[in-house]
Amino acid sequence: MGGSPNSASHHESFIRKYIFSTDHKVIAIQYLFLSLFFLLFGFLLMLLMRWQLAYPGQPVPFNFIGKLFGQNSMPGGVMLPEFYNQLGAMHGTIMVFLGVVPLGFAVFGNYLIPLQIGARDMAFPRLNMFSYWSFFAGGMLMLSSFFWPGGPASNGWTSYAPLSDIAHDGQTIWLFSMFIIIVSSLLSSLNFIVTIFNLRAPGMTFERLPFFIWAQLVTSFLLLLAFPPLEGAAFLQLCDRLLGTSFFLPSGLFVNGQVYNVSGGGNALLWQHLFWFLGHPEVYVLILPALGIVTEIIANNTRKNISGFNMMRVSVIFLGFLSFVVWSHHMYLTGMGTDITAFFQLTTMIISIPSIIIVSALFITLWGGSIRFTTPMIFALAFLPMFGIGGLTGLPLGLAATDIPLHDTYYVIGHFHYVVAPGVILGLFAGIYYWFPKATGRKMNDLLGHLHFWPTLITMNFVFFPMLIQGLMGVNRRLYDGGETYLFMHKVLYWNVVISWAAWVLALAQLPFIFNFFYSMFKGEKVHSDNPWESTTLEWATPTPPPHGNFTKQLTVYRDPYSYSLEGAPKDYSPQYQEEI
Amino acid sequence: MEAAHTEEFIPYIVEPREDTGLYNAKFGIWLFLASEVMLFGSLFSAYILLRAGSFNWPVQSDVQNVPIGAINSIVLLSSSIFFIRAWVHLKADNIAKYKQFMRLVLLFAFIFLTLKGFEYYQHFSHHEYPKTNVFFGLYYLMTGLHALHIIGGIIVNSFYLGPGMRLRSTNKQWFINRLEVAGLYWHFVDLVWIFLFSTLYLL
Repeated sequence: MGGSPNSASHHESFIRKYIFSTDHKVIAIQYLFLSLFFLLFGFLLMLLMRWQLAYPGQPVPFNFIGKLFGQNSMPGGVMLPEFYNQLGAMHGTIMVFLGVVPLGFAVFGNYLIPLQIGARDMAFPRLNMFSYWSFFAGGMLMLSSFFWPGGPASNGWTSYAPLSDIAHDGQTIWLFSMFIIIVSSLLSSLNFIVTIFNLRAPGMTFERLPFFIWAQLVTSFLLLLAFPPLEGAAFLQLCDRLLGTSFFLPSGLFVNGQVYNVSGGGNALLWQHLFWFLGHPEVYVLILPALGIVTEIIANNTRKNISGFNMMRVSVIFLGFLSFVVWSHHMYLTGMGTDITAFFQLTTMIISIPSIIIVSALFITLWGGSIRFTTPMIFALAFLPMFGIGGLTGLPLGLAATDIPLHDTYYVIGHFHYVVAPGVILGLFAGIYYWFPKATGRKMNDLLGHLHFWPTLITMNFVFFPMLIQGLMGVNRRLYDGGETYLFMHKVLYWNVVISWAAWVLALAQLPFIFNFFYSMFKGEKVHSDNPWESTTLEWATPTPPPHGNFTKQLTVYRDPYSYSLEGAPKDYSPQYQEEI
Repeated sequence: MEAAHTEEFIPYIVEPREDTGLYNAKFGIWLFLASEVMLFGSLFSAYILLRAGSFNWPVQSDVQNVPIGAINSIVLLSSSIFFIRAWVHLKADNIAKYKQFMRLVLLFAFIFLTLKGFEYYQHFSHHEYPKTNVFFGLYYLMTGLHALHIIGGIIVNSFYLGPGMRLRSTNKQWFINRLEVAGLYWHFVDLVWIFLFSTLYLL
């Protein structure tokens, strides 16, 4: 304690400061660039797939794209089915594990956890650096599989056995890469939990922690306890692929018309259980950081306390526990018996309650607030209904009777994309706009922000809502030709063209953001205060941008996180770190 | 320089925080062990599911060398006890004894690995490979993963017997803490073996 305040002048070499840095803020920004890159890359893969879905069998309009991927993937610019599968698998894997989770969890968690609890860094700064670089290595390994003979993994992001057991070498790379990414996120989550428990500033009791910290704490526990089973599953599958074991290969499996030459005795459903034991908590790993961000922004821009803040905290903890006992609702179609089905239906219905409480509390907070429609706020406001649609369309999938016809259709795709894309990603954008001034000392441009927001919101709905319609009509996911082979799907296939064009426009709508991001970093309007949004939480008590070591003096915390518009206060916000209101 | 730097920024590296009762590294290792429980737990679950669905599971005690497994359990338990003795002597500033017990910890870890290697050799000479059946697949995977944990522990423990001891001259308590953390890990690895022995040899 009592570190020297002049640590800003502490000289470090360029490499120590920007590349192998132990400063949580630099690591967060490293994660930011990498995860935004992966997000864009995964999105581009989907833009390519959308051509095949809208115009099946036609060569892509730009010759160089076909040439880029070569004769084995796109001869004459026409996508081969194998390549379509690879793109689909890589889109899912990259978006979930390398794009959205690192952006929500690692970027915002790293940047804000020490700042919001009044700590000078993470509990284990060097471990933090190791987490980043192992994430980097895992991500690069995943990308490198595009250059391996046979191409990347092609079994979807879920890698269901036994297909993934007997697939080409790209799957082995996928497993190794996932293993490295899992190690990275385990160490991050451990670091976050210790930091939150042990490094809180004096006076920062658990009651005074902002909701963002609660969300990150629960997320960390989910990652810590749910990811190892997938690690175990990856070991099992690696043994199947490399040592000839048959953990996931049942006896008498036929491959290409012949009995597959293994000892057998395995169980393909084992993979599904282990995968979804991670997979379902992973959904909350995607959502919770965004919910935390949106809560901070809504409290700040309505200038009032979060209604039902206590209920929100209880809900998020309850949600964390419950997310470990709902995984088999992804597996109703496996014929696991009515008793087990009934159990998982029940837990699934129960887990929707805390989610609804959280979103309702945020809606109610808007009531009677003097809302400032800043750029972060419009993203946060759009998050609420979009996440609502995503959540509510999930209910029919949680009940076995309605899930069975909907399973593996575009309805499922529409549902979880509503949660993740217009939901979580809008929330994460809101966070970038909101904390940009703290990280750089400059604001992002509002006009460009609106040019980013409106087309993004509208086109995202044109992308994902038609998927719900198609799914209800029975269009299956993972169809290489978008469903042309099936006559009964024909009357909804025109939506494929609409979705594809909306997706391409959505890509154009990201250009203002990319430009704004880099332009504002150097030329944006300077902020003249350390607390430009007039917020109450501790991160705004630092100099702008915060130096290594964050705070110029040891802070003490005096009150609850969202002390806006207190009675008798001279201004409409009373920072946690100031004794007088 | 880095150590001094970190010390300056991060509280509770050495002394425990009052309300949590833990210093950072001890908190961290407990969380790490929790994730390890989930990792080995997933493999034990896989074992249960695969065995429950199997028609021709081997009689484990017939194909396994139970006496060597039992001896290995004693070897690893003794190693854990030696670790506690080493830590107690370290706290009492009795460095010669500390080093002596730490060497015993390492020696017994190597004995464990040697016996394990001998078992593998026996299985191989009976043509029992991972691909032979699901039981042997799980046996090799689970004991192999455990052996990797032992090797990791050996590396850490030898570090604290050798160059890692330098920390003691600058901050005695910090070094004692590190040994405590390493010890928690070592006992955990020991505990996993007890479960592995019961599940893969006796059941």
